[in-house]
Amino acid sequence: MHINKSDLWQTSQIKQAILDSIPKLDPRRLWRSPVMLAVEMGAILTTLITARDLITGGNAGFDGQISLWLWFTILFANFAEALAEGRGRAQAETLRKAKSEAIAQRLSANGSIEQVSALQLVKGDLVLAKDGETIPSDGEIVEGVALVDESAITGESAPVVREAGGDLCGVTGGTRVLSGKIKILITADPGKTFLDQMIGMVESAKRQKTPNEQALEILLIGLTGLFAVVVISLEVFAGYMGLIVSVPVLVALLVCLMPTTIGGLLPAIGIAGMDRLLSHNVIAMSGRAVEASGDVDVVLMDKTGTITLGNRMATQFLPAVGVTKEELATAAMYSSLADETPEGRSIVDLCKETLGIRGRDIRAPDGSSFIPFSAETRMSGIDWSGREIRKGAHDAIEEYVKNKGGAMPESIRAAVDSIARDGGTPLVVADGARILGAVRLKDVLKENIKERLSRLRLVGIRSVMITGDNPMTAAAIAAEAGIDDFIGQARPEVKLEAIRKYQREGHLVAMIGDGTNDAPALAQADVAVAMNAGTQAAREAANMVDLDSNPAKLLDIVEIGKQILITRGALTTFSVANDVSKYFAIIPAIFAAEYPMLGVLNVMHLATPSSAVLSAIIFNAIIIPLLIPLSLRGVRYTPTTASELLRRNLLIYGLGGLAVPFIGIKLIDMLVIFLHLE
Amino acid sequence: MILYPANVSQINLETIKSYQIISLRLFHSKATKMSMEFGYIALLLGTLIVLAVPTGRYIAKVFNGEPTRVTPLFRPVEKAFYRMAGVDETREMSWKSYVAALLIFNALGLAAVFLLQELQGFLPFNPQNLGAVRWDTALNTAVSFTTNTNWQAYSGEQTMSYLTQMLGLTVQNFLSAAVGLSAAMAVIRGFTRKNAATLGNFWVDLTRSALYLLLPLALIWALLFASQGVIQTLGPYVIAHTLEGGEQVISLGPVASQEAIKFLGTNGGGFFNANSAHPFENPTPLTDFLQVLAMLLIAASLPFAFGAMVNNPRQGWAIFAAMFILYLMGLGFALWAEEQGSPLLERLGVAGGVNMEGKEVRFGIVPSVLFAQSTTVTSDGGVNSMHDSFMPLAGLVLLFNMCIGEVIFGGVGVGLIGIFFYAIMTMFLAGLMIGRTPELFGKKLEPFEMRMAVIGLLAPSIALLMLAGLAIVLPQGLLSLNNGGPHGLSEILYAFASACGNNGSAFAGLNANTTFYNLTLSLAMLVGRFATILPALAIAGSLAAKRIVPASTATFPVASPLFVIMLVGTVIIVGALTFFPVFVLGPILEHLLMQAGRTF
Repeated sequence: MHINKSDLWQTSQIKQAILDSIPKLDPRRLWRSPVMLAVEMGAILTTLITARDLITGGNAGFDGQISLWLWFTILFANFAEALAEGRGRAQAETLRKAKSEAIAQRLSANGSIEQVSALQLVKGDLVLAKDGETIPSDGEIVEGVALVDESAITGESAPVVREAGGDLCGVTGGTRVLSGKIKILITADPGKTFLDQMIGMVESAKRQKTPNEQALEILLIGLTGLFAVVVISLEVFAGYMGLIVSVPVLVALLVCLMPTTIGGLLPAIGIAGMDRLLSHNVIAMSGRAVEASGDVDVVLMDKTGTITLGNRMATQFLPAVGVTKEELATAAMYSSLADETPEGRSIVDLCKETLGIRGRDIRAPDGSSFIPFSAETRMSGIDWSGREIRKGAHDAIEEYVKNKGGAMPESIRAAVDSIARDGGTPLVVADGARILGAVRLKDVLKENIKERLSRLRLVGIRSVMITGDNPMTAAAIAAEAGIDDFIGQARPEVKLEAIRKYQREGHLVAMIGDGTNDAPALAQADVAVAMNAGTQAAREAANMVDLDSNPAKLLDIVEIGKQILITRGALTTFSVANDVSKYFAIIPAIFAAEYPMLGVLNVMHLATPSSAVLSAIIFNAIIIPLLIPLSLRGVRYTPTTASELLRRNLLIYGLGGLAVPFIGIKLIDMLVIFLHLE
Repeated sequence: MILYPANVSQINLETIKSYQIISLRLFHSKATKMSMEFGYIALLLGTLIVLAVPTGRYIAKVFNGEPTRVTPLFRPVEKAFYRMAGVDETREMSWKSYVAALLIFNALGLAAVFLLQELQGFLPFNPQNLGAVRWDTALNTAVSFTTNTNWQAYSGEQTMSYLTQMLGLTVQNFLSAAVGLSAAMAVIRGFTRKNAATLGNFWVDLTRSALYLLLPLALIWALLFASQGVIQTLGPYVIAHTLEGGEQVISLGPVASQEAIKFLGTNGGGFFNANSAHPFENPTPLTDFLQVLAMLLIAASLPFAFGAMVNNPRQGWAIFAAMFILYLMGLGFALWAEEQGSPLLERLGVAGGVNMEGKEVRFGIVPSVLFAQSTTVTSDGGVNSMHDSFMPLAGLVLLFNMCIGEVIFGGVGVGLIGIFFYAIMTMFLAGLMIGRTPELFGKKLEPFEMRMAVIGLLAPSIALLMLAGLAIVLPQGLLSLNNGGPHGLSEILYAFASACGNNGSAFAGLNANTTFYNLTLSLAMLVGRFATILPALAIAGSLAAKRIVPASTATFPVASPLFVIMLVGTVIIVGALTFFPVFVLGPILEHLLMQAGRTF
């Protein structure tokens, strides 16, 4: 799935793209690319004129060459598009194969199992999958646990656990169950799965143009129309001045002036952007969302997994006055035995170390019952023989002991504050009404997170951390990581309200989420990325899915979104700036025969009028394939301020666009003369 | 307006030499002459900026409905007017209703001016007993004055009665400027408002434009003009007996009052055919100064009004700076072209070869070029010299000013609207190049805005080229030409550029009072006016409904030198790409041929 740079020019892909660019000459298909359609009309016209030349003895050599280069202009553009499509399709192909061959074990209403093709599954079907079987379509595990090999889509060889009832219940069609038996509720109709989405985004004919592409296309059509009028009126004015300009020269001038470079590469840029997203293992549900991600100026990030490593480590026990460290450790250990979270496990580890006991011999006392963590109580614990041990957030525990008639000792309150101030997470352990002490959980920042966040700030994006921690802890971590803002003790409705607040201020908000309770916030956010491992609700509410389930991916998405837009803008500027030199090539060529003094405009000193026209049209054609690598790879994007970025791109693509064709046309002119083509 | 054609060959060399002596007497040495000329330009433009900044702030207050020092004076009149007209000033309009009101108002105005011309023979204030105006001329004039063009296919003193001039033309001079100003205010509101469905009330904007701005300024200017000897009378024309015993009819009229709004409203329609080259319209250097100042004043103050209304004066300065730079570039180039002189005149020994033909000899080259540059950038169209007789490259500057759609200050209101179109194009590309979906002043530019901006920007140019092309291929078009070759091409191009840009000045040398030109130019004026205002209002309606994106380091600051440079560059490149071929065949070829010794 992951595409290497060297794959960019795979011979097989190029061959396929060349073949694919020919049927794209069909005007019905070119309809989607109006500038190229206009070129094709010009090419047909000049070809007819060449045919007439052959019969009547006109200048068929010259007119024929113009026709040829016009056809090449279109073919080059088609080739760019086909190449971009081919690369995306190659990424999807392996998966498609795996999926379409899959046989699904469908559960029918009466409970019997029938074997059907994966392609027949519809939303709402229930299927079974067990060891070694391929998951037939996208869905949600409703029963069971399985170890799933997702390498087909993520490229990650380590298998992942997927289970019913949690935030890790989503499965993707085409992945394989390594062990376990699961019942899956299919959540996508045929043709609407992620895979189908992915293929659709990289096929020009199916792809929906984004609003920005539409706006740009309106500009390009406007320019094309304007230049058509310019060229037609030129013929009239020239006629008044006693000059007759041949139709092929007029068509050549028109095509040179029309924004063919950007017009020809526009579809490729969009598709290549999707390809790049795919190679980052992100599937976008719409191109619009990808573009919007370039505009995002507020990013909501969960602390855990994005800013810090998922596992907070227990590092210290702080017992209350009159409680031994051992007593605290034992209580903490019992309350954490059933807690399979990394935090829970790290507490057990620390307890073992503190108490000097080894691995296996710890068991929950007989007759005990675990109290699992819940978002409402924000604590977990264990009950046995009348004892009620609880551990949890300090305010939750304080509330708990208060109800039992106890109170929070001042020393523990101070300890909690100091842990929080340092960016740690304090947990308080209580036995009934008595507070035993506090546990320090320390957050470990992810590698490079500081640099990434400062890059975000540079491009004007404000990072907001969402965390269940108390405000003091959150503030400390935020300061350590360089976060701009944080929302502490966040519950789902708080996230939703925060997004709305930012949007009211005019901001564009991006968010990453995985759980069902994230769905409302995801639906509200302008750019919403769901973890592939997340729940179906989250995936449906989002407009992008990250197959790797790596929350830090949002930063890549933002950069890819920006890159697509920059590439589009840079090539448009380049294309328009090119026109200046083409005027200086063609206008003196047309007029200087009658008015030799207009030869002063021939600043490139092109050899003859025909060589000038030919050089301009050849440059106009070959600049398209020369720019294919740039449009597939995207213009280099380094995060910096807007003004700096603009200054650099203007310099390269604006001034460069003015200067490059002067040199290019001159060189081609020398070659044309050398080869006696004129 | 139309002047009588003149060619170098027809000019009496003695006359040219005597003019030259006058100018030599005025300026003792070349050095002091240069510094005086520079001082004159600096004084004029300095005065302009000093006046434009507070005027802009005043306009912003008036249209925001905030109190000003003169509010106690005008407010009762304004209220009384609304009561009489049955206007509810608190009722806001959507962009579509705003457009509808504007169109209805202009249609009525057009009909009124047309009928007035047809019926003037039966109406009072017609001491010369002038009859009905030819239908196509009348239609052209009605379109011309309602679109703020003031193209005059007729000769004022020989065609229009006092009543027609005052009730039809002068009234439209006020109203067409007020309409332009109202449209600009509605468009600005599109940028200042968020999540809004309305753009203001057309009738209120119109009333305030006239009452708070145009009328008081016109009053001040009319008094200044009258004090300088610009005539103001309703009496009949005077018959003078010349020394040789001949009779000469001296045309008179209520000139000063029309002259004031002619410039303040960027109208340009002169009372007399000779426009501001006529001593009754422009008697002294001071009136010349005041006329140039008046035509630039409101247009130059609108960027500042915009800055005040969006609460960001720097954005206003950025727009102004772009216009000002373009203005200076054109002025500098035109002055350079004129100072170069003609090699033909040089060979004849006419002082330094400087071409004085058609220039305002009372003032000299600089005020003539300054006037010409100002009148073509602002879509005013009043003239104090013969644009037809400018050096080809100076003529090219004047043509360019109009071809780009009158956005260097431009007409009252519509100049600002026009520069917004260019700003939309600029920011669309700039936005993409910084990796954001494009926005202007915090408003996202999406397909709808783009479609309208493309129409607003390109429709006038397309109409210009198509109609000029039509005039070139049809015998009806060519018959009117006095000059052949590239100069003839420039003359036709100038006429349509003037009409599409709603300028109204003429290159002369072209008899435009024919049915063909009256109709095609009317069409050009309508396209130039409404294909600009309507798309702009549509954009404003769409933008007003959007949220405003807050500025950050990722948004490109519009109030920055880079933006100004880009905007200037966009105007020049779009203009040059559109008109390069025809400029090459017209003025550039004429210039090169003149260097080689041929004139037309």
